[in-house]
Amino acid sequence: MSALPRAGELGLIGCHVCGLVCRDTRTADLACPRCSAQLHRRKSASISRTWALLITAFIFYLPANLLPIMRTVSLGDVDDNTILSGVVELWVNGSPDLAVIVFTASIVVPMLKFLVLGMLLLSAQRRSGWAQRQRALMYRLVEFIGYWSMLDVFVVALLTALVRFSVLSRVEPLPGVIYFGLTVVATMLASMSFDPRLIWDNRDNDD
Amino acid sequence: MTEETTPAGDELPQPVVHRRRLGASLIWLVPVLASLVGLSLVINSWLQAGPTVTISFDSAEGLDAGKTTVKYKNVVIGKVSKIRLSEDRAKVLVKVALEKSAENFARADTRFWVVRPRIGLGGVSGVDTLLSGAFIGVDVGTSKEPRDQFVGLEIPPAVTYGAPGRSFALHAEDLGSLDIGSPVYFRRVQVGRVASYALDKDGRGVTFQIFVDGPYDQFVTKSSRFWNASGLDVSLGASGLKVNTQSLAAVLAGGVAFQDPAGPHDASRASEGDTYRLFGDKATAMAPPDGPSQYIRMRFNQSLRGLAVDAPVEFLGINIGRVVSINMDYDEKHQSFPVTVGAVIYPQRLGRAYEKLAALAEAQGTGADLSQMVAKLVANGLRAQARTGNLLTGQLYIAMDFLPKAPKVDFDPAARPLQIPTAPGSFDKLQEQLGEIVDKIHKIPFDAIGTHLNEALAGLDTTLKQVNGNVLPELHGTLKDARKTLGTANNALSGDSPLQQNLSGTLQELQRMARSLRVFSDYLGAHPEALIRGRKADPAPPAPARTQPTPATGAKP
Repeated sequence: MSALPRAGELGLIGCHVCGLVCRDTRTADLACPRCSAQLHRRKSASISRTWALLITAFIFYLPANLLPIMRTVSLGDVDDNTILSGVVELWVNGSPDLAVIVFTASIVVPMLKFLVLGMLLLSAQRRSGWAQRQRALMYRLVEFIGYWSMLDVFVVALLTALVRFSVLSRVEPLPGVIYFGLTVVATMLASMSFDPRLIWDNRDNDD
Repeated sequence: MTEETTPAGDELPQPVVHRRRLGASLIWLVPVLASLVGLSLVINSWLQAGPTVTISFDSAEGLDAGKTTVKYKNVVIGKVSKIRLSEDRAKVLVKVALEKSAENFARADTRFWVVRPRIGLGGVSGVDTLLSGAFIGVDVGTSKEPRDQFVGLEIPPAVTYGAPGRSFALHAEDLGSLDIGSPVYFRRVQVGRVASYALDKDGRGVTFQIFVDGPYDQFVTKSSRFWNASGLDVSLGASGLKVNTQSLAAVLAGGVAFQDPAGPHDASRASEGDTYRLFGDKATAMAPPDGPSQYIRMRFNQSLRGLAVDAPVEFLGINIGRVVSINMDYDEKHQSFPVTVGAVIYPQRLGRAYEKLAALAEAQGTGADLSQMVAKLVANGLRAQARTGNLLTGQLYIAMDFLPKAPKVDFDPAARPLQIPTAPGSFDKLQEQLGEIVDKIHKIPFDAIGTHLNEALAGLDTTLKQVNGNVLPELHGTLKDARKTLGTANNALSGDSPLQQNLSGTLQELQRMARSLRVFSDYLGAHPEALIRGRKADPAPPAPARTQPTPATGAKP
């Protein structure tokens, strides 16, 4: 069965913003005649942007995990926790369910994003036609779960605001949480800058 | 790809052309920036990292890797990064990452200890660690030599480096109730504490290191006396019961006090590390120095029940030493068990007497040796006696007194230790005399006396029988006669008896005679010539007065 034709093949180009379909004149620097938004057949420099943001996210992910994210002071007992030590503490102190949630949100999801985006980028660069539907599914999944990684950041922010009993108990944010937030933001930007249509851009090869 | 499927080109709007401003490659600035941030973190932590030292402790109680801090003057200067056991599992090795600013703490003489809550009699410390958990305290040393292996102290040092003040050494017989941190008092003000103590190498005493804080250290002089101020000093003297103590804490936890002796003394300031003797109580500390001690020995041929080690040795009532040993001996010759008492005496406690004796002995050329002096004193009757100090408890003390009547003894001044001859104590003497009396009483033949008395009584009995049988009837008659005589006498003397009548008449005559004699003598006094010339005729009485004639003129002697 012959696949459906692409917009590019039909000499068409759609506006990302207002959805106006224009004639593709095959020239550079096209703009939508209705909303003046830039027109491009694919997100411009999608792969390199995604790569750059992904690498940024990964760089921030290291201090986010190594530096403590939260300081709990209760009755003079100062406790600095990194993400992993927090998870371990939760598990040891009898809240394995919470530990699993935090572990998923803070460790599994970012790692999943790194892996999935990296894989998508590599396969898109190689214009691979392998498991295209699954890859598209994975991309949507990554987009969907991306912001759930902010859970940790919100936990710290909420605790810091709520737990302020001076001597009795106090929670302070530590630099780790900033890096973690940056990681999450960078991964979200990376997944946004990835153009999922690149997954399907291999037709010329497998035709 | 068929033409039919393509929409008509003209229906679609033509895009406009806009100049693009940014190149896609600028996005790579973001990871570069991120890596710069990451790099700066790495460099920062690398620059911040100070030296890592390893401290060994007996136990890691309260220590937590990654949590326990190292504090100097309550400022965090490091953190415990790792805790592990030593190879032989005897110690706990605590790895501490010091901060960059605390680099100079890694010195050879820096001391580390674990600050835990401590509750002692002297007070409570480290209460804050009850909540925050233990931390490692540091006292930075002064050495220039760097080091990264330390042995942690199990108890906090009482004295930190650089604290103003001076430390001194005290030598005592035993530890008493003192401990590290026990207070040092000067006039009941706490001015320092016991820094450490150690048994002497020969095991004959304990040496304390005390630290006296500045500026109080100036009160420690070369002649200062230190004494153990622990506990209560209760003395019952002529002025009543006296309880003396430094403070309540000292009663419970012990303490050391010092003061200069009364009277002239060397008041120059002591220098760091001077050694002093720690006396048992204030009285002994303040007493004049004992000088060298002399060991003497005495043999008593009596029971010494009530004599204990440390009993005083007194010379004419002055305490000059104490008993140090009491041992049993066996005398083969007399088949007896003499008791050998060893005592330590301090001849200098005799004060001027000793000086004079020594000077005298020196002058006589016998040398100021104690034995020579004692020899002379023994010749004069010096004897040691065990006397009762307390009649209730029967405690004995050794008294040295001159007993002129004491039998002469041989005294060997060359003998070592010096052997002081003894005499039975006064109480023993009393016992002896009592014994003699009892002996004498025992010698009285009470049996024979009894028999004789019995015989005598039997004789008396017969005599009385005789008296009853013969003498009493006779006596009866005699008494009757006597009564008769008395009746007669009674009659003779009664008021109406002739004898009485006659006697009365006679007495009246006598009375009359006496009156005549008086008239006569009166007349003679007035008219002595009447003896020769005879009585003159009475002068004629005056006429108006002659109502009654005087009756007395008619009488004539």
